Amino acid sequence: MQVTRFPARAQGLADRMAGFVAHLRGNGLRVGPQETGDALAALASIEATDVRQARDALCALMSGDADDWRRFDELFDAYWFNAGKQRTGMAQNTHVRVQSAKPMIWQTEVQGDTPDSFSDPQDTSTPDSGDVHAEGMEGKLIATRTDNLSRRDLRELMDEQSLRRAEAAALALARAIRDRRSRRRKQARRGPTLDIRRIQRASLARGGEPLDLFRRARPPRPMRIVALCDVSGSMTVYSRVFLAFLKGLVASGTDADAYLFHTRLMRVTDALRDHDTLRAAGRLSLMAEGFGGGTDISGSLERFLEGYGARALNGRTIVLILSDGYCSTDSHALGAALARIRRKARRIVWLNPLKGWENYQPVAAAIQAALPHLDAHLPANTLDALAALEPEFQRL
Amino acid sequence: MTLSDVQNGLAQQGYVADDRLAMALHLAQTLGRPLLLEGPAGVGKTEVAKAMAAWHEARLIRLQCYEGLDASHAIYEWNYQRQLLAIRAAEARGGTSEAQLFTDDYLLKRPLLEAISADVPPVLLIDEIDRADEEFEAYLLEILSDFQITIPEMGTISAKARPIVILTANGTRDLSDALRRRCLYSFLNYPSRETEMAILRTRMPEVEGLLARQIIEVVQNLRKEDLEKTPGIAEMLDWAAALSGLGVNDLSQSPEAVQATLVCLLKTAADYDAVPPEVMDRLIGKVA
Repeated sequence: MQVTRFPARAQGLADRMAGFVAHLRGNGLRVGPQETGDALAALASIEATDVRQARDALCALMSGDADDWRRFDELFDAYWFNAGKQRTGMAQNTHVRVQSAKPMIWQTEVQGDTPDSFSDPQDTSTPDSGDVHAEGMEGKLIATRTDNLSRRDLRELMDEQSLRRAEAAALALARAIRDRRSRRRKQARRGPTLDIRRIQRASLARGGEPLDLFRRARPPRPMRIVALCDVSGSMTVYSRVFLAFLKGLVASGTDADAYLFHTRLMRVTDALRDHDTLRAAGRLSLMAEGFGGGTDISGSLERFLEGYGARALNGRTIVLILSDGYCSTDSHALGAALARIRRKARRIVWLNPLKGWENYQPVAAAIQAALPHLDAHLPANTLDALAALEPEFQRL
Repeated sequence: MTLSDVQNGLAQQGYVADDRLAMALHLAQTLGRPLLLEGPAGVGKTEVAKAMAAWHEARLIRLQCYEGLDASHAIYEWNYQRQLLAIRAAEARGGTSEAQLFTDDYLLKRPLLEAISADVPPVLLIDEIDRADEEFEAYLLEILSDFQITIPEMGTISAKARPIVILTANGTRDLSDALRRRCLYSFLNYPSRETEMAILRTRMPEVEGLLARQIIEVVQNLRKEDLEKTPGIAEMLDWAAALSGLGVNDLSQSPEAVQATLVCLLKTAADYDAVPPEVMDRLIGKVA
C-alpha cells in the first residue's frame, strides 16, 4: 500500500499544490502546470482556510468530467489528509483488479494456472438441472474436433483469448451491416454532389452569384441488431462465449440491443455497455439468478414483443436468436411469436450451437415450428462458425 | 465578491445553488473562465445562466447548439447583399475600394461575436454544446481561452469586457479534452430532499406544508423507479403548480387529481405504464 506523504522538502503552498496536481495526474485526471497556477489563484480568491471551500474550488478547477467530479473528494482527502489511500492510477491494469469480483459467468480462467484449468469441473460437468433432453444428446453428437483451437467446440473455449475472439467476431459482424447507405441523396454539409436547386435558390439573395455551395450526400441507413441469447441449462456451456459475443455487438458502435432469457427475459444492453466492468458484472449477476434453469423460448419472445418489441423492432432490424431450440413449452406458440416478430423486423437469424454438430437434424419440436419463419438457421458452435457469419450477414 | 454573495445573489433570483455549484460560479467570475455544467436533463443547468444574468442585470446571450451549427450562424457572417449593393452603387458613382467593403457596417454579428463585443459584460449561455459538431468545438477554443475572435478580413477582435460564459452538456457526445481543459467543471445532480424542498418553497411559496412534503417525497421516490425519463426539477414545479391550481391540499385524499396531473411528471407511454395507480398510492402512502 502506497501512502501519500508530503515530500520532506516541500516548502509552502506552491510546492504542495504541485504535489497535489501530480497526485491527481497519477490518478488519471488530465491536469498540468497550468492548473497548478490556476489553483493558487483560485485559493487566493476564496477563504482558503475553510477546507470545504478549498475542496469545492479545486474540484471545479481540476475535474474534467463527471467521473473525475465524483472521485474528487476521495483524492482530495487522500492527499491533504493523508488518508492513506492507495494510488489507483488509470495506467495500472484495472483488468486484474476487477476480475475477482465478477460473478461466475464473467470469470475467465487463466490458462496454465492449474493443470486442469481446461477441464474446469464447474463448467463442463455441471449437471443440467433444467434440460435433461440436451444432456442425453451430448454423448451422441460430437463436434468437429481437431487440434486447431479455433475449430474446437465452444464448450471447451473458456479462456480469455477466445472470449476476445468471440468479441472480435461480433465486431466484424456488426461492421458488416453497419455501413449501409440510402439510395436517395439528401442535403448534407459535406458530400460528393452539389445541390444545384438550393444553390440557385440561394444565389437569388446574392444577386445571382452562387456564393454558397450546398451539397448532397447519401445518408447512412445502418441496420440494427436485436440479439436474444438463451442462457438456460442446456446452453450453460456456451453462454460465456455468447455473452462475450453480445458484448462485442453492443460495443461495436452499431445500434444493437441485447437480451438474455431463460424462463424470463431481461434487457442487458446497458449492463453490457457499461464501461465500469465491476458495475456491469453486478448488473448481470442479477440475471444470474435462475441462470442455467429451464427454457421458455416462446414465453420470452412474447414478453419481448409485448414489452420492448415496439421500440426495438423496425424495418431495418435483424433479430438474432442464440439458442439450441430446446424449449420446455408449447412449440406452436413459438411459431406464432416468431411470425409476429417477422412482421415487424427485417430478418430473423437463428444461431444454433447444435447445428454445427455432426448428424444434427432439426427435429426438436420447437425448431420445427420455428424453421418456416427464419431467414437463416446458422451454426454457431465454433469460433470459426461465428467468424464465418460475417459474409452471411453482408447478404442480409 | 465572496462565495456567500454568489449564493445570496442567486437566491434573490429564486435559484437555490448548492455549495459546489456556487463555488464554481464564484470561480468562473473571479478567474474569468468559462464554466461547463453537466448533468441529467431538468436539473437547472440552463436556469443557472438565466439567474446569473438576472442577478447581474446583464444581457443573456444564448446560443442553442444543434447538429450542423457552423461559424456563420454562431460567430459572424458578412452581409453579402449589402456588400453587393454597395459595389453596384459605387460602380455607378465610379470606383470603390475593397477596404470599405469589409468593415463593421457589413458584418452581421451572431451570438458569440455579440457577446465578445458588448461593452457591458453579458452572460453567454452556450446550451447543449454536445449537440454541435466537433468542428464547432474547435471554433470555440479561441473564444473560450482568450476571449477573442479572429476575422481574416478585419483582424482580431478582443473582448472589451469578459462575458460570463456558461456551457451546458448532457452527454449526447463526448466533449474533447481541449474544451474541457479550458473550462471549470461542475456536475449538477438531482437535488437532495432538503434542496428540492427549498427550491419548491422559493419558487412556489403558496404550496402548503403537507402538500409540499408529499410532492417532494413522491418525486424523490419516483426518481428511484426505473423510468425512461426521470422527472427533473422543472417537472416537479409543473406538477406542484398543477396540483395547487386544482386546489388539492392532500394527495392521499384526491387520487383522481393525482392521476390527472401525472402528465406533468411522466413524459412517455412506457413510464405511464410503469407507474400504475397502485404504485402512486404506495409512494403517497409513505409520506402519510
